[in-house]
Amino acid sequence: MNIRTTCPYCGVGCGVIAQADTDRGTIKISGDTAHPSNYGRLCSKGSALGQTLGTDGRLLHPEINGQRVSMDAALSHVAAGFKRIIAEHGPDAVALYVSGQLLTEDYYVANKLMKGFIGTANIDTNSRLCMSSAVAGHKRAFGEDVVPVCYEDLELADLIVLVGSNTAWCHPVLFQRIAQAKQQRPEMKIVVVDPRRTMTCEIADLHLPVRSGSDVWLFNGLLAYLHEHGHIANDFVASHTEGFDEALRIARDSAGDLKQVASACGIDTERLLRFYRMFADHPRVITAFSMGVNQSSAGTDKVNSIINCHLLTGRIGQPGAGPFSITGQPNAMGGREVGGLANMLAAHMDIEDASHRELVQTFWRSPRIAERGGLKAVDLFDAIHAGKVKAVWIMATNPVVSLPDADKVKEALRRCELVVVSDCFSGTDTNALAHVLLPAAGWGEKDGTVTNSERRISRQRAFQPLSGEARPDWWLMCEVARRMGFDDGFNYDNAHEIFLEHAALSTFGNDGGRAFDIGGLAKITSTEYDDLAPIQWPVPERNHPGTPRLLESGRFYRRNHRARFVPTAPRAPAHKADAEFPWILNTGRIRDQWHTMSRTGRAPQLSSHLPEPYIDMHAQDALLSAVSDGQLARVETQWGALVARVKTSGEMPRGSIFVPIHWNGAFASDARVGALVNPVVDPVSGEPEFKHTPARVMPFPVNWHGFILTRTPLATLDATWWTAIQGVQFMRYEIAGRGRPPSVEWAHQALQVNHADADWVEFSDPACGLYRGALLVDERIEGCVFISPRTDLPSRTWLSNLFAKKRIGNADRASLLNGGPTGASEDPGPMVCSCFGVGRNTLCKAIAQNQWKTPQDVGVKLKAGTNCGSCLPEIKTLLKQSLG
Amino acid sequence: MKHTHTWSSACSFDDLLPDSGVAALIDGRQIAIFRVGDAIYALDNYDPHSEANVLSRGLVGDLNGEPVVASPVYKHHFNLATGRCVEDADYSVRAWPTRVTDGKIWIKSQPLRKTSRRKLVVVGNGMAGMKVVEELLGISGQPYDITVFGAEPVPNYNRILLSPMLAGEKQFDDIVLNPIEWYRDNGVTLHLGDPAVAIDRIRRRVRSQNGTEAEYDRLLIATGSNPIILPVPGKDLPGVVTFRDLQDVNTMLEAARTHKKAVVIGGGLLGLEAANALLKQGMQVTVVHLLETLMERQLDPVAAQLLKQSLEKRGLQFHMPAKTTAILGTDRVRGVQFADETIIEADLVVMAAGIRPNTDLARAAGLRCDRGVLVNDTMQTFDPCVYAVGECVQHRNNTYGLVAPLYEQASVCATHLSEHGVGRYRGSMLSTHLKVTGIDLFSAGDFLGGPGSEALVLRDAKRGIYKRIVLEDNKVRGAVLYGDTRDGAWYCELMNEGRDVGALRDKLIFGEAVARRQ
Repeated sequence: MNIRTTCPYCGVGCGVIAQADTDRGTIKISGDTAHPSNYGRLCSKGSALGQTLGTDGRLLHPEINGQRVSMDAALSHVAAGFKRIIAEHGPDAVALYVSGQLLTEDYYVANKLMKGFIGTANIDTNSRLCMSSAVAGHKRAFGEDVVPVCYEDLELADLIVLVGSNTAWCHPVLFQRIAQAKQQRPEMKIVVVDPRRTMTCEIADLHLPVRSGSDVWLFNGLLAYLHEHGHIANDFVASHTEGFDEALRIARDSAGDLKQVASACGIDTERLLRFYRMFADHPRVITAFSMGVNQSSAGTDKVNSIINCHLLTGRIGQPGAGPFSITGQPNAMGGREVGGLANMLAAHMDIEDASHRELVQTFWRSPRIAERGGLKAVDLFDAIHAGKVKAVWIMATNPVVSLPDADKVKEALRRCELVVVSDCFSGTDTNALAHVLLPAAGWGEKDGTVTNSERRISRQRAFQPLSGEARPDWWLMCEVARRMGFDDGFNYDNAHEIFLEHAALSTFGNDGGRAFDIGGLAKITSTEYDDLAPIQWPVPERNHPGTPRLLESGRFYRRNHRARFVPTAPRAPAHKADAEFPWILNTGRIRDQWHTMSRTGRAPQLSSHLPEPYIDMHAQDALLSAVSDGQLARVETQWGALVARVKTSGEMPRGSIFVPIHWNGAFASDARVGALVNPVVDPVSGEPEFKHTPARVMPFPVNWHGFILTRTPLATLDATWWTAIQGVQFMRYEIAGRGRPPSVEWAHQALQVNHADADWVEFSDPACGLYRGALLVDERIEGCVFISPRTDLPSRTWLSNLFAKKRIGNADRASLLNGGPTGASEDPGPMVCSCFGVGRNTLCKAIAQNQWKTPQDVGVKLKAGTNCGSCLPEIKTLLKQSLG
Repeated sequence: MKHTHTWSSACSFDDLLPDSGVAALIDGRQIAIFRVGDAIYALDNYDPHSEANVLSRGLVGDLNGEPVVASPVYKHHFNLATGRCVEDADYSVRAWPTRVTDGKIWIKSQPLRKTSRRKLVVVGNGMAGMKVVEELLGISGQPYDITVFGAEPVPNYNRILLSPMLAGEKQFDDIVLNPIEWYRDNGVTLHLGDPAVAIDRIRRRVRSQNGTEAEYDRLLIATGSNPIILPVPGKDLPGVVTFRDLQDVNTMLEAARTHKKAVVIGGGLLGLEAANALLKQGMQVTVVHLLETLMERQLDPVAAQLLKQSLEKRGLQFHMPAKTTAILGTDRVRGVQFADETIIEADLVVMAAGIRPNTDLARAAGLRCDRGVLVNDTMQTFDPCVYAVGECVQHRNNTYGLVAPLYEQASVCATHLSEHGVGRYRGSMLSTHLKVTGIDLFSAGDFLGGPGSEALVLRDAKRGIYKRIVLEDNKVRGAVLYGDTRDGAWYCELMNEGRDVGALRDKLIFGEAVARRQ
């Protein structure tokens, strides 16, 4: 049975076909060739989705304070807790912190519950960390959060400028589409603006390794250059925009001179000029941007500085041209559409607008409506820390890992009176701080819609039954709402009903002033909903084909329908490097992991690319920090510290270090980079500055290194530093420690060997601090431990492959502790000459090959028989047999 | 034809170290060449007092301004220029003219005229003695007529293979090393079943049990060793045997046919081989050992335990630690009694509690003996005309009961007997294999280690594999291998070479193939 659904990872929103093999109980995942986002392509993460299903590691039952309880008890506990705190401290004392991985329907219910029924806008989402600067930039320039372009425009463009986007790793399918387009049209140009020389640069015609946080100088300079050289769409600017003069003045003041820009951006003028000329010469230009732009204390200004250039040249709303925010999450856009952020209302309506509030309240028939913006992510957790917010429900996200100053977040949750977490996985860092755990439906079980970066609404469909007591997030919220006494607004039977209400709200009182209008879908039947083909909003009428591009008419969504040039006076990131913290910490994704790894960390196929957390830095900076490639190092900022392995990949510019965002307490001892990130946010969007925290790096001295491979995940691990890596049928732990290197007792404890006749193989060199041991059960490898005073441990690959074998043969067994084949696989045969270890097979082979006739011939070459001579009769017999 | 003096080139001047000598063979004559400063002297290498070719190894010095060399044996001094013996001019040696041209040393000497053949008597027809004879026969122009006295009535056989023979895996013909024809073909006079009983060193004669007398110019003692007989009551009862020679094997094979229960006293190499063999012959066998662990001279406790388990699986029983206090019985052995009063029934008792070098003959002849017959690095005893090899000797305070050292000794001894003596025996690093079919066991060198030494250990109990390599300063000092011995020879090689193995330390235990690949 084939089910079409949508990938739960990045904002590309690829179509996926899940093919259930009921006989073997497996799910085969493939790309949906009919889906217009990916046309059948999938990246490594999407391809490995099948490995992340199954109930291992799932949160299957509700818990209160670590004790399993009934679903009813858990929901009642949450409802009572929220009710009591609201009664005692008002509605602003409770909050929801949700996720761009929720479905639109879940998101809708969450937003409705908080803003319409509880009466607070304290609902924010991890999308705040991702694209809120783009939202704010869009709203300031266009009047509404609209992405004017679509993926096809990337293929139509003659120039693509990728700003702060490692598209190759973070949006691999889009990257493939771009790469293919460039292959077909080699004249198409690609410019990458990124401090790092990422894999994306492989297809770039030009790479601008700009200084971290200098984007506004770059695009202000571009604006000034375009103006100076007459690349102005005069009519467009005159009839569809406003504010150009002020924006130009600011741009010129700050970046009117090439040298000034080159110096601010840390690149040479020749390269800069090449970029400006390329931009000027290619009317079909897409400026695609991601976290390198958004995650900044000047993120919104960066977005507007980009949009300004497109407005000036009129390169917007046309095929192959426009600014393009590529979102990070599968349903960040859906969240924006329902208004699931603290500074939005619903359906792209504004919380500050009284008429919007009235409209929404009327539609919801809700007892109240939030009247002002709520707390944005960083502020929200500060308020929890300060005791102002006393109850929080966290859904489908892991803020203890992902937020800036994450140790403070941890502390905030520790202090909080009531922490509810609903997640589909157990064992996340945030789950550990929850009073109430609610098992949520996971991908493959959930049913609803998501919207991708090009405004395309796609169905996520269930293809397997709910695991354990897991329920969809919307259901959990509705049950809590009902228990809080909000019966009326939450009597949904299924996601379809919620979707219809959401679609109806989008068109309710919408006179065309709101771009987000999917009224055409407000009356679709349950079957139509189930069969809904991917479609790009707006969908204002029934049977509308969807809208690939917006703003084509030059009509914007501000009151005067003009786009606004936002003056963007550049400002440096909040914290500067200094003598104490000389490097700038940059964070980001890697190719094969997603967010905090709670799903991708389970897929063996995804752990092999980059198995460990690392610190990438310039070799010269490593030298100055007294660390070297392959060594463990500690990174410290004013806010926190982590330990990871140093890598000098050659991708880093001087002065900048990079640490991936993914690793956390569930997968590593000490690698939550969130704890290090400065809690500085953009004043407009509230998006944190993840890409720019002053840091220092120092050696992390350890006395021993090692690794463990085991079929049974370890309950405890006594090591100073560790990383857990999922393998095929095993878990791998990279470890390091201080003090005396571990020996047999330690290894036995780690692998839970507690009976004397266990099949334990070991190799030790205690004087060196070397220990290797392996446990076999029924001739199958159960686990192994390798410890060394150095990092030069044997490759894990050969050992890893042993876990796939049902039986370990003698040759493999003899090679086990060598960590690789010993060549013992060539069986010398039964021992003939014990003195020199010459076996029968070896003798027969050599006698035949060399046509030896006498024992002396044998003795001269093989030494066999030349010591005690015990074997001479046997050798003579073998010689006779060979002759006969 | 008249023998004339001729100049011969001996070597390069640079080959000589100041104030030391070398031996050169010039026209069949051994000449000792010395360098003192830039002066070159040449004397006979032959020391007339000790009748050995040793002068080149003597210390060079001066006595009242006279340049001399001191014989390494009795320390007589010989004038380097004249050959005059300082202590006794009657025993002077010849000095030969020398000159140095173009960096080469020339000696003017007279070719040695052929002397009559000399006589070598070998006491002991075992592996060590016959190995010397074999080596001698391999040297062209060896100067001896050889006479051999052997106590056993059979030609030389491989004593090591008595265990497989006892186990029924081999027949006597399989283990014979030198059949009767070999002696005949090589002109060796053989007296079988007729042990030598006395040596007259003054008259240089050996007398045998049967009264045969043989003169010698050189005598080789290779009397081997005797099994230790525990001094307990009943030790002489019928049914109590040792495990040393063919006769013992035949006695045991006979007993195995007619009797059921065997006790082997001694859990060493020999005892275990005997026990395993008797088990194969269908007897119930109990091994009695004084200590807690088997083969303590070759194995560490872990390997010993593995061995014990493996042997138990085959059906051997063990009683250990246990001190035997008496062998019970009247006309034949009935049982063995221990210090704790326990008794094990037995109708065959094998004493395999160790061996003792057989020094009786040498001692009686006034040769210096300690545990064994004392020999120097050329295998010479206290009497320079008398050499000794094999299990009967004590060399640098070691005695050896294994085959490899005997062969090394034999090789050195043969070169000295043939007067080409330049080799020295410096002692052997011991390595052992247990000859029990299906059990691979190897031990070599200092396998226990001490302060300053380090051990690499590999254990795989299920597969019955245990390896221990002892290192000191990153050099192999010893090894025990159980279950997988194929790299034993390599470890021996590393040990003998004293190679630094630091770079392959973590590969070493996985064997030569892996370490070589690095």
